[in-house]
Amino acid sequence: MSDELLGLTVAQQATRIEAGELSAAEAFDYWRGRAAGDELNAYLWVADEVPDDAGRLPPIAVKDLFCVRGVPSMAGSRILEGYRPPYTATSVRNLEDAGVRVLGKTNQDEFAMGSSNENSGFGPVENPWDRTRVPGGSSGGSAAAVAAGTAPWAIGTDTGGSIRQPASLCGVVGMKPTYGAVSRYGMIAFASSLDQCGPLTRDVTDAALLLSHLQGRDPCDSTSLGIPGGVELPSAERLDGLRFGVWGMDEPGLEPGVAQQVDATLARIEELGGGVEQIELPNAKYGIPAYYVIAPAEASANLARYDGVRYGPRKGDGDLTALYEQTRHDGFGEEVRRRIMIGTYALSSGYYEAYYGTAQKVRTRIAEDLAAAFERVDFVVSPTSATVAFRLGERTQDPLAMYLSDYYTVPMPLAGIPAISIPCGLSEGLPVGFQIAGPAFSEARILDAAHALEKSIGFEGVPVT
Amino acid sequence: MTEPEARVYEPVIGVEIHVQLRTQTKMFCGCALSFGEEPNTYVCPICLGHPGTLPVTNAEAVHFALMIAMAFDCDIAPRSIFHRKNYFYPDLPKGYQISQYDLPLARNGRLGDVRIHRVHMEEDAAKLIHAGRSGRIHGAETSVVDFNRGGTPLVEIVTEPDLRSPHEAAEFGRLLQATLRRLGVSDVNMEEGSLRVDANVSIRPAGTATLGTKAELKNMNSFRFLERGIAAEIGRQERIVHAGGQVEQETLHYDPQTGNLTSLRSKEEAHDYRYFPEPDLPPVAPTEAMLKRAREALPELPAARADRLERDLELPAETARLLAFRFELGDFFESAVEAAGNGHVRALANWMTNELAARIGDADPAGTSLEPSALAQLVAMVEAKQVSASAAKEVLDVLLEEGGDPVAVVEAKGLGRAESGELEAIVERAIADNPDAVEKIRSGKTQAIGAIVGAVMRETKGRADGGEVQRMISERIGAG
Repeated sequence: MSDELLGLTVAQQATRIEAGELSAAEAFDYWRGRAAGDELNAYLWVADEVPDDAGRLPPIAVKDLFCVRGVPSMAGSRILEGYRPPYTATSVRNLEDAGVRVLGKTNQDEFAMGSSNENSGFGPVENPWDRTRVPGGSSGGSAAAVAAGTAPWAIGTDTGGSIRQPASLCGVVGMKPTYGAVSRYGMIAFASSLDQCGPLTRDVTDAALLLSHLQGRDPCDSTSLGIPGGVELPSAERLDGLRFGVWGMDEPGLEPGVAQQVDATLARIEELGGGVEQIELPNAKYGIPAYYVIAPAEASANLARYDGVRYGPRKGDGDLTALYEQTRHDGFGEEVRRRIMIGTYALSSGYYEAYYGTAQKVRTRIAEDLAAAFERVDFVVSPTSATVAFRLGERTQDPLAMYLSDYYTVPMPLAGIPAISIPCGLSEGLPVGFQIAGPAFSEARILDAAHALEKSIGFEGVPVT
Repeated sequence: MTEPEARVYEPVIGVEIHVQLRTQTKMFCGCALSFGEEPNTYVCPICLGHPGTLPVTNAEAVHFALMIAMAFDCDIAPRSIFHRKNYFYPDLPKGYQISQYDLPLARNGRLGDVRIHRVHMEEDAAKLIHAGRSGRIHGAETSVVDFNRGGTPLVEIVTEPDLRSPHEAAEFGRLLQATLRRLGVSDVNMEEGSLRVDANVSIRPAGTATLGTKAELKNMNSFRFLERGIAAEIGRQERIVHAGGQVEQETLHYDPQTGNLTSLRSKEEAHDYRYFPEPDLPPVAPTEAMLKRAREALPELPAARADRLERDLELPAETARLLAFRFELGDFFESAVEAAGNGHVRALANWMTNELAARIGDADPAGTSLEPSALAQLVAMVEAKQVSASAAKEVLDVLLEEGGDPVAVVEAKGLGRAESGELEAIVERAIADNPDAVEKIRSGKTQAIGAIVGAVMRETKGRADGGEVQRMISERIGAG
């Protein structure tokens, strides 16, 4: 029975559990074994036993920054080493209520700052397709675990692309819902106006299933709304009458192999009855600069609480300044320190208008570009990432090159709109992701379109050994 | 060209007040408020700034803040937002305070003669306790933090620099305190920290309009100390200017025991708070329903009540003020006036502010056994000379303790006014018993009458009216 589960989606396993052919406890135990055998450094913590109440669905891998009561939750950072929260994130509690148990905590770029999972305080994660390459980030552990079959499904967070880009690099499905669809309460914060929780799964149906349980208005998160009408499982097999606007295909950094797979996908869309047209997002090129001012600015405040006073390791010789400086210097990695400095600078007196103020205006422009596009088309599509998975160490010395990994993914969080990445093919043996974005709260339509396209693509995903 | 020493300087003072609201729970989480409880027992992950937590705005705090803004006739912003005020200190768990910056809840109000610049909402910091000789940070070996207070809702009220003397500032502070107490939004207890007053003080040549450099006096524990502290600061600034120097912008602490002013922070150390809009909270956009609810919750405020009592009931200003500022006394008084059918208003007011206030201290008269109607009746009896003032005081004591009807008490204790015939006989006897006193009076030492009056009062057990007794004695002596 056991390795049979490896080939099943969560929806398929759920059917078996419901039919009594499989118990949730057996499923938990199987996946626990798989997770414990992970060799990619995708996990920072794995459940050490099957819970007494194993729920009703297969267990889930949860990105480290989701607070789970009593379980190490460190956001991939040494500054929270050993921290076990006294409470559980609402999104995880929603899953628990739906009968899903926590399988393990996955590795990530520290405080969600990164695009390769090389910024983790606990070592990088390897891409299961090629272990000399990165899985993407910041939800690298979650993506790698799903791709490698060491988790049946996973949740991650997406601020500038941190679900979609690793999904693309690992050949799995990843979705960032509309800002406010899922509660942020209990998600260790990076950038408050951008962070969203979302699914990383084997297929689009599993993503829909997961999102349907995650979403909801939470009284503990004043920015949450849920998805009006909830989320239904997709069933579409055709794309008749739907209009797809493609952008960014002439960016210089776009790898030819990636472009080729995306073009092939566009042809499939037309075969399925959809219309494809070129669109322009004139301000999309300012997405990275705007994002890399706004996100660090918010992060500089969100990370100010890590000072060793109330939780986490405490360093320093007793003087207050020494306590702050040593705790934070020793606890935070280089990229985190870099972004805190950028963010502090951008907010400082005399510079606020020039940087943060201006970036927020650019953000509005980008949102307007997308809104204008949605007057003409139903979906905005593009490659998810300009490249396939790059090698470990390739971009670590060049932060700007690393930042450009997010080129296609940052406009959506800036505009607060949802987007999904589905694997659409291989280039040089490595997965290519196709991104579909829609207006706010259009998750159902995005999932339907993705479902139809996925079926047509027929991506054979799991590079399991 | 006038020499600096020869100029007269006028003080220019504004105040910044922080008020802790008496809501059920903290500003952004569900913890109950507390004072003096065991440390770190009224806390939760949110007010401790644990990773992943988020604030949620307290609706009752917004309601109270709206009431305050309306009490000051402010313009209420149709949309105000929260900002993060960023700095590092152990009493600030998130490393930022959620406050309001350039879009505050309300602006442009007035209380008495003082313009209110703005009213905004924010959360209180936790409490730092320094273990050392003085309890202050200098010389302390360790410091510990109690987060019970952290997150308590605060309203910050900033005035324009309209005050012109330390006394005015203290009086304004008292009016503000009485007003907020009447609104029921805060305990406004300066010793407990539910009311904190800072003063911004500067001086300028009398008659000029530009503002001088201001110094900030932080957090004095009483209005008396506020007045003294401001006076000391004005003196300090005057000495600097008269010596030809410049006043520096700084923050000072006034020690009321020593009268010393110590610098806490100078301008160079002033923080850049890197304010930006709080992304975790939506704007505060009061609805019609919220505004209506706040408006309807406004009681008659002290200033207006004092005016009305002075005007309509013709009470002296000081009496009116006292009854207005201590609204429980005022409420009791007005019930008594109503029971008295509006008779003897002056006398009733005097009994309230003298005899009753002296007996109950700060307590609420409604908490005693005395009924407003009983007081009204007692006063009427005194005015009708049915009972002497001193006997009435005894009756009052009984009524406060046991309640009841003054007529019954008077009868039960035999405190009825001494009848003329009975009194004349007692007066005769007292005159006869005190021939020396009579001699002295006749020879011009009129104070000696006191001994005879005293004898009469003792014999009548205070049921006679002292003034009348004295008159009778004078007549008898003069006549005889």
